[in-house]
Amino acid sequence: MAEAVLDAAGHDNHGDPHAVVHKTNTGVSNNKLAMWVFLGSECLLFGGLISTYLLYRTNTQGGPEPSEEFFDIPFTSASSFVLLMSSLTMVLAHSAAGKGDIRKLKIWLLSTALLGSVFVAGQIYEFTVFVREGLGWSTSPFSSAFYALTGFHGVHVTIGIIMLLSTFISAMRGRMHPGNAETVEIVGLYWHFVDIVWVFIFTVIYLAA
Amino acid sequence: MAIIENPLELEAGDEVAQVAEKPLGVLTRPQGSTGWQSWLFTVDHKRIGIMYGVFAMFFFLIGGLEALAIRLQLAVPNGKILSPETYNQVFTMHGVTMIFLVIMPLAAAFANYLLPLQLGARDVAFPRMNALSLWVFVAGGFFLCSSLFIGGWFENVPNGGWFNYAPNSGTLFSPTKGIDFYAVGLQILGIASLVSAINLIVTCLNMRAEGMTLMKMPVLTWMLLVVQFLLLFALPVITVALFLLMFDRLWGANFFNVEMGADPLLWQHLFWIFGHPEVYILILPSFGIISEVIPVFSRKPIFGYSFMVASGIAIGFLGWGVWAHHMFVSGLGPISVAAFSVSTMFIAVPTGVKILNWVATMWGGRIQLTTAMLFAIGVVSMFTIGGLSGVTHSVAAADTQQTDTYYIVAHFHYVIFGGALLGIFSGFYFWWPKMFGYKLNEKWGKWNFWLQIVGFNLTFGPMHILGLQGMSRRIDSYDPGYGFELWNMVSSIGAFVIFTGVAIFFVNIYVSQKQAKHLPPVGPDPWDARSLEWMTASPTPEHNFDEEIVVEYQDHFWHQKWAEEEDGRVVRIAYAEDIAHDGSATDVHLPSPSYWPLVLASGLPFIGYGIIYNYWLCAIGGFLTLGAIFGWIFEHPDDPDAAHGHHDDHGDDGDSDHGTPDSDTVDTDADDAELVTASTDAGEASNG
Repeated sequence: MAEAVLDAAGHDNHGDPHAVVHKTNTGVSNNKLAMWVFLGSECLLFGGLISTYLLYRTNTQGGPEPSEEFFDIPFTSASSFVLLMSSLTMVLAHSAAGKGDIRKLKIWLLSTALLGSVFVAGQIYEFTVFVREGLGWSTSPFSSAFYALTGFHGVHVTIGIIMLLSTFISAMRGRMHPGNAETVEIVGLYWHFVDIVWVFIFTVIYLAA
Repeated sequence: MAIIENPLELEAGDEVAQVAEKPLGVLTRPQGSTGWQSWLFTVDHKRIGIMYGVFAMFFFLIGGLEALAIRLQLAVPNGKILSPETYNQVFTMHGVTMIFLVIMPLAAAFANYLLPLQLGARDVAFPRMNALSLWVFVAGGFFLCSSLFIGGWFENVPNGGWFNYAPNSGTLFSPTKGIDFYAVGLQILGIASLVSAINLIVTCLNMRAEGMTLMKMPVLTWMLLVVQFLLLFALPVITVALFLLMFDRLWGANFFNVEMGADPLLWQHLFWIFGHPEVYILILPSFGIISEVIPVFSRKPIFGYSFMVASGIAIGFLGWGVWAHHMFVSGLGPISVAAFSVSTMFIAVPTGVKILNWVATMWGGRIQLTTAMLFAIGVVSMFTIGGLSGVTHSVAAADTQQTDTYYIVAHFHYVIFGGALLGIFSGFYFWWPKMFGYKLNEKWGKWNFWLQIVGFNLTFGPMHILGLQGMSRRIDSYDPGYGFELWNMVSSIGAFVIFTGVAIFFVNIYVSQKQAKHLPPVGPDPWDARSLEWMTASPTPEHNFDEEIVVEYQDHFWHQKWAEEEDGRVVRIAYAEDIAHDGSATDVHLPSPSYWPLVLASGLPFIGYGIIYNYWLCAIGGFLTLGAIFGWIFEHPDDPDAAHGHHDDHGDDGDSDHGTPDSDTVDTDADDAELVTASTDAGEASNG
C-alpha cells in the first residue's frame, strides 16, 4: 500500500521532472491532499447549513413541526443504516483495490453505489410524504431550512454515486490496478465524509426532534 | 471487455493502452507556445498569473470609473449626476468590483506567478485546475458586469451594497434582477477562488524544492498560504448565504423573508463570518509583497522572520473571531458586543507586530527609495492610519456613533486602498522585470506614486472628518448647510488626482516598454534580491528553473551571493549572473495545454443566466460544462505528441510514466482522481 501511494504521488506531479523518483513534501499525494483540503471546506458549508437549520428549527409558522409524530424515525433510521453500511462496503472496495483484487473491487464499488442510491431514493420518498403532509418548500423558515440542509446532503450523495460509478466503469474497462488504488481511496474519503455529515444531520434533525 | 486483473503485466500495444489513448471524442490538443491560442489554452502558472493581472486591471478601470461617478455626484450638495437608484447601483458595483474583481484576482495574479517560483517548483500541483480558476473568474467577472446592460442600461444592476443586507435584498424591496446577478455572480467567482485555494495549498504543502522547509518559505509565500486557507474556509460560508438568498428570491424559500418570521440577522452573521476573513484575504497578500520588497531595498534581511510568519498565522486565526464588530448596532446584546470588542482589540496585536517588523527592517538599513520601496513605505504608513481608525471601531460605544458614516468609508479605504492596493502596485514595480524582462521607468513611477498617495489622502482623509460630522454613507446626496461642502469637494478633487496617478501607471508601461528596446537586458536579478524567483532568467522561462534547486537557507539565493566574513563583514561571493539559471534547458518536462478549462468555465455564465431568465440556457451551459468534464477525463495531463521543444528527461528511471503502456494507464487514472475534485466542483456549479 505504501508503495502504491508513493507511485501515485509521483505520477501526479506533472510539473516535476523527478516526481517519479522522489515523493511529495508531506508524503501524501497531491490528489489525496486536495481531497482532504476540499473536505475541510465542505465542513464549513454544512456548518453554515446546520446553523441555519438550528436557528429556524422552531420557526414553523403554524405548519408541521419537527416532531416524533411528523418524522418517520424508524424509516429514516433504516435509510441512515443503509448509508452507514455503504461506508463499510467502501472500505472493502478500498481494501480490494489495495490488494489488486479487481473483481472484488468492482463488486464493492457497485454495492456502495447501490446502497447510496437506496438512501437517496429513501430521501426522495420521504420528501414526497412530507410535502403531502403539508410541509412545502415555502411553508415556513423551518421547512426551507430542512429541505435545504437535507437536499444539499442528498446532492452530495448523488455526486458521490456518480464518482463511484465512474470508478466502477474504469475498473470494468481494465484501468484499475494496485498502482492507482489511491483513486478508490480518494473517492472513499469523499464518501465517508458525506456519511459522517449525515450522522450529524440525522442527530440534529431527527433525533433532536 | 474481459476482466483484467493485473494490467501491469500487459505488453506494449495492447488494448488497455488503446483505451487510454483514443477514447471517444478526443480532440487534437492545442499546440505551440506562441500566438493567442497559446494564452487561451495555457496551463502555465506564469501566463495564468499575467492574465489574472490583465483582466483584473480591466475591471479596475470599470471600478475606478464607478468611483469617479460617485465622487462627481457628491462633489457638491444635491448632486444631480446620478439618480438615487443609479447611485445605489454604482456604489454597490464599485464595492463588488474592487473587492472580488480587482484586489482578489490581483493577489491571485501574484500568487500564481510567484508562489511556485518562490518554492522552487516547476508549476502548481494541478496546472489545468489552475487554468480553470482563471477562466471561471473571468466568466464570473463578465457575468457580474453584464448586469450593467442586460435587460436595459442600469436596469438590473445589483443595488444592495456589497454586504447586501436582508431583508432589503428580498424581491419585495429589490424587485429587479440585480440581486440575482449578485447572488449567482459571486457564486461563480467563489468556485474560481475555491479551486485556486485548494490548488495553491497543495502546491505549498507538497511541491517545495528539496530543503525548502515551511520555515524557509519567503514571507510572501507564507502570507499567500494563510490567505488560501482563509478562502478555503470562508468561501463555503458565503456560498451558503448566497444559495439561501437565491432560494428566497427565485424559488420562494423563507430564509430572509421577515413576513414569515425569518431572522434578517442570519444574513448578517453568515455574510460577516465570510466578510471579516475576507478583509484579511484582501490585505495579507500585500503584507507579503512588502515583506519581500522592504528587505531588498533596505539591504537587510526581514526583521524577525518567524514573528512575521507567526503574526500572519495569528491574524488568520483571530480573523475568524471578530466578525460581529460589523454588527454592533444590530442589537446583539451586551455580552456579544463586549466579547467582540475585546477580540477586535486583540487582532491589532499581530498587525502591530508586522508594522514594527517592517520598520525595524528599514531601521539602520541602506534604504534605496525605488518606486517599489516608496509604495511599500506607503503601505506601512497608510495601513497604520487605517489600522488605528479600525481599533477605534472596537470601542463599541464609539462605533455606535461611527457606524454608517463616512468615518467607516475612510477607514476601510485606508486599509484596502492604502494597504492592499498600494502593496500590489509595489509588487508591480518590483516583479515587473521578472515578469516582462524590463524595468518600469522610475521617473514616471515616482509621479505615479506621489500622485496616487497624495490623491488618496485628499480623497479619504477628509472622510474621517465628514464621518465624525455625521455624514451618512450610502446616501446619494446631502443638503447644503451642514458643513459637508468643503471636504466633499476636496475629496472629489482627490479622486481625480488618483485617477491621474493610475493613468500614469499605464503610460509608464507604454513608455518603459518602448525604452526597454534601447536598454541592455535587466538580467536575472536587477534588484540584488533574496528569494528563488530571481535565480532564473528574466522573463522567467516556461520551465522556471533549468535544474532543481536544493535549498539550504532561508533567503537561499541571497546566501549564494553574499557571505559573512570572520570579522562580521558581509561580502559578495558571487554575482547573480554567475549562479542564476539562464533558462537554456530544453529537457524539462512540462504539462500540456488544454481546451477544457476554458470550455468548462464558459458554461457557467450560461447556467447563471439560465437560473435568472430561462432554464433552457441552463441546458446549454450544462452541456458545455459536462462536455468539458468529459473531455477533461479522457485527456492526458501530458500530450504524448507534444511539440514544445521540451521532452521527457527521465526515460531512464525504470518506471517512467511515458512510453510504456502500464504507466499510461496510471497517468490516466491519476487524472481521474484530479477530476474527482473537478466534477465535485462542477457539480456544485451546476447546482448554482
